[in-house]
Amino acid sequence: MARFGNKKKKEVGAINTASLPDIVFMLLFFFMVTTVMREVTLKVSIKPPDATEVKKLENKSLVSYIYIGVPHKSFQDLYGTEPRIQLNDQFKQVRDIEEFIAQERDQLSEADQTKMTVSLKIDEDTRMGIVTDVKQALRRASALKINYSARKTESIR
Amino acid sequence: MADIAFLLLIFFLVTTTLDTDSGIMRRLPPMPREEDMQNQDRIRERNVFLVMINKNNELLVELEPFDITQLRERAKEFIANPNNDPALPEKTMQEVPYFGTVEVCNKGVISVQNDRGTSYKMYLQVQNELVAAYNELRDELAMQKFGERFDDLPEDQQEAIRTIYPLNISEAEPKNVGGQ
Repeated sequence: MARFGNKKKKEVGAINTASLPDIVFMLLFFFMVTTVMREVTLKVSIKPPDATEVKKLENKSLVSYIYIGVPHKSFQDLYGTEPRIQLNDQFKQVRDIEEFIAQERDQLSEADQTKMTVSLKIDEDTRMGIVTDVKQALRRASALKINYSARKTESIR
Repeated sequence: MADIAFLLLIFFLVTTTLDTDSGIMRRLPPMPREEDMQNQDRIRERNVFLVMINKNNELLVELEPFDITQLRERAKEFIANPNNDPALPEKTMQEVPYFGTVEVCNKGVISVQNDRGTSYKMYLQVQNELVAAYNELRDELAMQKFGERFDDLPEDQQEAIRTIYPLNISEAEPKNVGGQ
């Protein structure tokens, strides 16, 4: 510590904080504009798989989400540890999907109904059985544009 | 004033989720009607590229065990059929804008079959490799013809390339072979 003690104490003037509000406001506006509020609370844990060929979903208002994954710890007493389907805020069964799609479709204008996309947010450890069931349900509901949610990576391995 | 701004800033910082939604786009086939059922499986053998994944996430390509790292190359060979191999999909002459009349290899179908026990991760990896094969071929053609990447081309040129390499990945009717 002696080395540090040897240094002469320099008087440092107080930093001019006049521009601080400007910076804070700038940041504030940035975050206000980029913020997307989560519309649902996830009750299942989802870690999307990695992929290299992902495309961004363009029009958020045309997208409906289906979540599939293992329920969170607090729901496991009730719903078990097998992957479950979550639509909006509730756990649902495969048979509820057609009704859900019909509801979501009604909310869109007539012109947009054909452009409706269903984003499947599925945990990577899920078995394909439940995914296939969901896909078949979507086909029955004729919601054919789907998007397998994945994270962009440069290479898989 | 600055305090309030700070407070708001922190609020938005905490609530912000910057994850953009991205993924692999796919179109499901419509539900087949009764009368269509007889017309199934009429595609000729050479035009089908069969990829199967079992419940242990092992890959079977054209009925041979296969490694996923080579899937992309194999799929590219199937889609483009560069050497006019009679075992690979047939080609037809077709008028394509910008290209004139060229041989188009549009009969080939990649069929992915999975088991109910296959993991979603493996399934998506296979899908990813197949889409990557298409994207690479389209990029190569775009580079060669227009000197730009496929994604940077105007819509009508993209359409022309899409006519030459149409995305044909079929998801067969589900089968349950290996149990849960």
